[in-house]
Amino acid sequence: MHFSFTEEHDMFRDTVREVFAGECSAEAIRTSWESDDGRVPGLWATLAEVGVLATMAPTEAGGLGMDEVASVRLLEEAGYAGVPEPLMEHMAVAVPALAVAGASELLDPALSGGSTVTLALASGGPNVVAAASADLVIAEHSESLVAVDAEALTVTPKDSIDQSRRLFEISFDPDAAHPLAGADVALAADRAALGTAAQCVGVARRLLDTTVEYVTERRQFGKPVGTYQAVKHHLANVRLGIEFSAPLVYRAAWSVAHCDDSVLRGRDVSMAKAMASDAVDRACRAALQCHGAIGYTFEYDLQIWLKRGWSLSGAYGDARQHRDRVADALGLLP
Amino acid sequence: MDLELSPRYIEFRDECRTWLHENRPTEEFSSMDSAAGFEQHRGWERTLFEGSWSVPAWPAAYGGRDCDLIEWLIYEEEYWLSGVPGRVSANGVSLLAPTVFNFGTKAQQDYFLPRMASGEQIWAQGWSEPEAGSDLAGIKTTAVRDGDDYVVNGQKTWCSRGKYADWIFCIVRTDPTAERHAGLSYLLVPADAPGMTRRTIQRLDGESGFAEIFFDDCRVSADHVLGEPGQGWAVAMAAAGSERGLNLRSPGRFMAAAERLRRLAAELGETADGLDARLRDEVVDAWIRAEAYRWQTYFVTAELMAGGDLGSEASLMKVFWSEMDLELHATALRLLGDEAEVPSDWLDGYVFALGGPIYAGTNEIQRNIIAERVLGLPRR
Repeated sequence: MHFSFTEEHDMFRDTVREVFAGECSAEAIRTSWESDDGRVPGLWATLAEVGVLATMAPTEAGGLGMDEVASVRLLEEAGYAGVPEPLMEHMAVAVPALAVAGASELLDPALSGGSTVTLALASGGPNVVAAASADLVIAEHSESLVAVDAEALTVTPKDSIDQSRRLFEISFDPDAAHPLAGADVALAADRAALGTAAQCVGVARRLLDTTVEYVTERRQFGKPVGTYQAVKHHLANVRLGIEFSAPLVYRAAWSVAHCDDSVLRGRDVSMAKAMASDAVDRACRAALQCHGAIGYTFEYDLQIWLKRGWSLSGAYGDARQHRDRVADALGLLP
Repeated sequence: MDLELSPRYIEFRDECRTWLHENRPTEEFSSMDSAAGFEQHRGWERTLFEGSWSVPAWPAAYGGRDCDLIEWLIYEEEYWLSGVPGRVSANGVSLLAPTVFNFGTKAQQDYFLPRMASGEQIWAQGWSEPEAGSDLAGIKTTAVRDGDDYVVNGQKTWCSRGKYADWIFCIVRTDPTAERHAGLSYLLVPADAPGMTRRTIQRLDGESGFAEIFFDDCRVSADHVLGEPGQGWAVAMAAAGSERGLNLRSPGRFMAAAERLRRLAAELGETADGLDARLRDEVVDAWIRAEAYRWQTYFVTAELMAGGDLGSEASLMKVFWSEMDLELHATALRLLGDEAEVPSDWLDGYVFALGGPIYAGTNEIQRNIIAERVLGLPRR
C-alpha cells in the first residue's frame, strides 16, 4: 500500500503544466473560440512532442507505456488550464483503444499529433465533441467500438454554453467503419468518466485559486472581502470538495489500470465522478458568488472555467447517474 | 502507487481480525458514561492490552507493536468492522499520548504511557471553560506555583469521560500577567487531587455525557506539567492536530457505519416496495464519502510516512468526518421513518454525531482555519 505518485509522474505533470501555462492562456482559449476549428494553434503539436498524446500507448507501439495513474494527473492539469481540445477523448480513451486493437495505421498519427481523435460513446450522450475538426471518431456501435474516418461522417453542429466544446450530432455508415477488435466499450466508458472526473478536479482547483486571489484583492467596507467569514466558509467548502474527490480519482485511476473485476472498477470510477462532479459544481457556485457581478460577465475570464465546470460535471454521467451505478454495485438497485 | 496490501499487511490484517473475533466480548456493554459501563469498558481495555492490541502504533516498550501508519489504519478498519465496544481510553490514547511522546520527560513517559495503555489510568480532557469554548485562549483557570506544587483554581467543562476518569489533562494559566496564548501550561491532574469536585452534565438525550470539574485550591505536583511551563498553547495545538485528524477518527469507524447503513437500506428495500430513490442516493453518498475519507487518509498517510506534516489540513479532515457522520446517521433515521424516534443504535449514533461539528473545535472555527492557513485568505 503506497498511495502516492512517483517522481516520474510529478515531473511529467510539471512539464505539462508549463506547456499549458505557456501555450494555453485564457487569451489563447478566447482566440480558439473565434476560430473556425476551435483549436489552439500549435498546442496539439507540443502535446505530441512532450509525449502527452502517447501516454497510454504501449512502448512497443511507440507510446510511453504509462497508465491511467499518469494520465489523470495530466488531465487534472488540462482542467486547470481550461484546455479546449478533445485531449481526454484522444489520449485517455481513443489511443489505448486503437492500441489494443492493433490498428497501427490509425494509432501512429494519433501519437505523433498528425491526427485528432474524438469519441462517440453512448455514455457520453448524443453530443460529440470536436467531431468536425477531428480526423477520426471512435464510436460505439452494436456494443463494440469502431473507428470512423472524418470523410465517412455526417455531422450536425449544436451549440454548447461552453464555447470550448464544439458539439455535433453525428451519423455514419457502419459499413464504412473500421472494427476495433479487442477494444472494450465498458472500459472506454470508464476511462472517459475517469478522465472527465480528473478534469473536474482541475477545473475546481483553478476556480478556487482564481477566487482566493480575487477576494484577497477586492476590498469592500475598507478591507478585503476575503476577510469576511461568509466568504471564507464558501471557499473552505470548495477546498473540502477538492480534498476528498482528488484521492478518489487517483484511486479509481489505479483500479482502471489494475483491477480485473469490471464491477469494482466501474464502482470506483463512478464514486470518483460523483464526488468530482459535486466538487466542481460547488466550486462554480462559490466562485461566481464570491466574485459577485464581475464574475457574471463575458469579459472576465472566470466564465471560461465556470462553463468548463458546468459541462464537465455532466459529461459522461452526472453525479446522480454515477451514484446510481454505485448503488447497483452495492446491491441497492431493485 | 500501489493500492494492494502487501503480504505483510494482509498477514497483519488477518491476525488482527482473528484476535478481535476470538476476544470479542459476549455480554452487552452499558454506556461508558455510566459508573458500571465505565468499568466494563476499562475491562475491555485490559483485554486489548493483554493481547497487545490497545495501542498498536506505540513502541513495544510501552505496550504497543510498533505498527506503522498503514498497519494502524488496517487495525482501525478491522476494529470497527468487528463490532467490539468503543474505546473509553480514546482521550488518553488519541489526544494525550502523542503529546506525551513529543513533550514528556522520560520519567513522565515511563509513568503515564504504560498505565494509559493498560487502562489502569483513563483520561479526560480539561480544556473548555464556561467562558472559553472555541476561544480556547480565553481560559481563566489558574495554577500558581507553591513550593513543589501548583495550586489550581477555576472550572473546566464539557469534559468527556470527566466524571469517572482517573486523570485529567488541563490547560491552565500559570502566568497571570500574560494574556491569551502566552502564560499557559499543560497540567496533568489526578482525579483524586484534593480540592477537585466533579459533576455530571446530562446530554440532550438525558444520558450522562460529560462532566464539569471544579478546582478549589487543588494541589498538583509541579512534576505533572507536560512540556515547559508557559508552553501550554504549543502542547495543546499539537494535541489538537491529533484530535482533528487521524488519531481521533480513523476511516474504519465510518466505513463500518456506512456498511451498516447499506445493509439497513438493503433490508428495507427488500421488505418495502424498493427504496425511495432519494434515500437510496443519500445512502450511496454516505458510502462514497466514507470511501473518500478512507482514500484521502491513505493519501495523507503516504505523505506523513515520507516525512510530511499534517498541519492545518487536519481541519479539513475534522470537518469532513464530522459532517459525513451526521449525514450518515440522519439518512439512517430517514430510512427508519416512523420508527426513527424510538431508541435504537441509529438514534444513539445520531445524537452522538450531532456533537461532532461542535467538539474538537467547532466546524466554523475549522473552516476559518482552512480559509486562513490552507488557502491563505487574509485574517483582517
